[in-house]
Amino acid sequence: MTLNANADPATRITIEGTGMPIRGDDIDTDRIIPARYLKLVTFDDLGSYAFYDARFDEKGAEKAHPFNDKRYGDAAVLVVNKNFGCGSSREHAPQSLMRSGTRVIIGESFAEIFAGNCAALGIPTVTAPYEVIEKLHEAIESDPGLRIRVDLKQKRVDAGDRSFALEIPATFRSSLLSGTWDTTSALLERIDAIRAVHDRLPYIGG
Amino acid sequence: MGKNLFDKVWDTHRVGTLPSGEDQLFIGLHLIHEVTSPQAFGMIEDRNLKVLYPERTFATVDHIVPTKSQQRPFADPLSEEMMSALETNVRNHGIRFFGLETEHQGIVHIIGPELGLTQPGMTIACGDSHTSTHGALGAIAIGIGTTQIRDVLASQTLGMSRPKVRRITIDGEIGNGVYSKDIILKIIETLGVKAGIGYAYEYRGSAIETLDMEARLTVCNMSIEGGARAGYINPDSVTVDYLRGRPFVPQGEEFERAATHWLSLASDPDAEFADEVKIAADEIEPMVAWGITPGQALGVTGNLPKLSEVAKEEREGVAKAFEHTSFREGSSIAGTDIDVAFIGSCTNSRITDLREAARIAEGKRVSSTVKALVVPGSKQVKAQAEREHLDEIFIAAGFEWREAGCSMCLAMNPDKLSGREVSASSSNRNFIGRQGSPGGRTLLMSPAMVAAAAIKGSVADVREMI
Repeated sequence: MTLNANADPATRITIEGTGMPIRGDDIDTDRIIPARYLKLVTFDDLGSYAFYDARFDEKGAEKAHPFNDKRYGDAAVLVVNKNFGCGSSREHAPQSLMRSGTRVIIGESFAEIFAGNCAALGIPTVTAPYEVIEKLHEAIESDPGLRIRVDLKQKRVDAGDRSFALEIPATFRSSLLSGTWDTTSALLERIDAIRAVHDRLPYIGG
Repeated sequence: MGKNLFDKVWDTHRVGTLPSGEDQLFIGLHLIHEVTSPQAFGMIEDRNLKVLYPERTFATVDHIVPTKSQQRPFADPLSEEMMSALETNVRNHGIRFFGLETEHQGIVHIIGPELGLTQPGMTIACGDSHTSTHGALGAIAIGIGTTQIRDVLASQTLGMSRPKVRRITIDGEIGNGVYSKDIILKIIETLGVKAGIGYAYEYRGSAIETLDMEARLTVCNMSIEGGARAGYINPDSVTVDYLRGRPFVPQGEEFERAATHWLSLASDPDAEFADEVKIAADEIEPMVAWGITPGQALGVTGNLPKLSEVAKEEREGVAKAFEHTSFREGSSIAGTDIDVAFIGSCTNSRITDLREAARIAEGKRVSSTVKALVVPGSKQVKAQAEREHLDEIFIAAGFEWREAGCSMCLAMNPDKLSGREVSASSSNRNFIGRQGSPGGRTLLMSPAMVAAAAIKGSVADVREMI
């Protein structure tokens, strides 16, 4: 997997790797990371629990799931359908995906809090219409070793010899391209303006 | 052209534009709880940052709290560690904490309005998707993730893009036995669980304006289940009357000045909206969400869909719902046997919810095949219910009467479904595994409907029991 084709490790311009198809609309964050794994005060160990209850039955036996499919073992590119990540705001969901190798998610649409959490972690959530997602799903399923390259600058995904256009919110794209998705320092740069708003709000200072 | 409330409040809190093009938004009230905050404090400390305005953040504990006994240390060592981490963090950073030993502990979205921390015209953030609840008082309230909690702690601001605003008008009168829970389930069933992506919802119309504040909180609570990160209701006399005298609102003349300001924040009569949806209140029945998303819902007199009749784009989701629930296509939802009845959660655990459920339960017995529990949303709700002897009504009917917490809504505490149990639940999500058992099944409904189902042993039309 190549994270960045460019020299600056803080930016996300191209992401390349193999893909994993996760089919279905409305896959919620309880499914991505069951609540019992939220009882950890750090995110460090979450990688092994992604989609846990969809992957294992109550006796711990493996169920059919792309995350259990060894052909997709090193996937960096998740390809999903509509409203992926709906439900709870738990950042544990994208954390568990990131810590199990996900570097970019291509989908028809994303729940907003989930997409915001991904943005904060530097994981692009890019969108494409159903027809493109279906073609990507089929291409990956028939050739799990297929190299997929997401180019955020050109807003395209290349899968083998095919190439498709992608959408990504302008704000998110610009922060990934400039390496400024880690927002705290950018927010604190305007400390005087923050204090000014604080002081003028009617329910605080004004 | 006038402005809607959302844009008025947003503009007041806008600090500037970030290099990414997003707005930097000042957060007037930050609420935290034990589950999503410890990593954020870790990030702050790793970077040697301070909490910028510790007096703008308030903490409580709700998700992991056992509801049978709040005795420390908790039996579960992970929960105890999480609790201790929060206690340490609030102490180190000077944050006001409504812990178990205080009289104000409770579910974060119950205590915010209850204490008057939540006020019209505020921007509110919390690491929990049901933060949309607070919009009922005319605030912009959004759920955020842990990295964003770090940002709010460090800068009291967030980077965000302004959503569009959809006006949802519910005119008419809801019938007896129909509640605000049914209104919001109807909205989600009508628009779907994805329609709100990119939107904030403004709820208005005569059926909304006649709701009391607690019922309004239920509506806004489930905005996120329709995909909308925020939902709100314009402040009016109900809002002002609700807030008067609460601990964190101004008192005396200052309150009257604040109230005048709050009322001025309501959307202007000529305000612009991205679009509008209208739903007739008198057509709304008591609702039941039967599937694996809150949008898979129907009126209690209805039948489950037949797959062949479901719209093509919904078919895969409905098929998955049948696969998980093992319910029969086309069968009536009324009469579906239940094993567990849960009255609680940030959606429906306020005093008015408990009163309505108690009205149904009074003088009756929970079915011998049902395990039923009532979990007040806060210590204040619990105390009020006990003053009104509602606890006695519930206990006499065979319900368990518990301590305040999130309980069986999300199963991060000992209250869980097991195996294939079917739960009638006043909570907000029927996702697979949500209530703690991967095979468990959740039917979402109003607290009164849950009480009716508990007594009948199966889904029942509460209108026949009033």
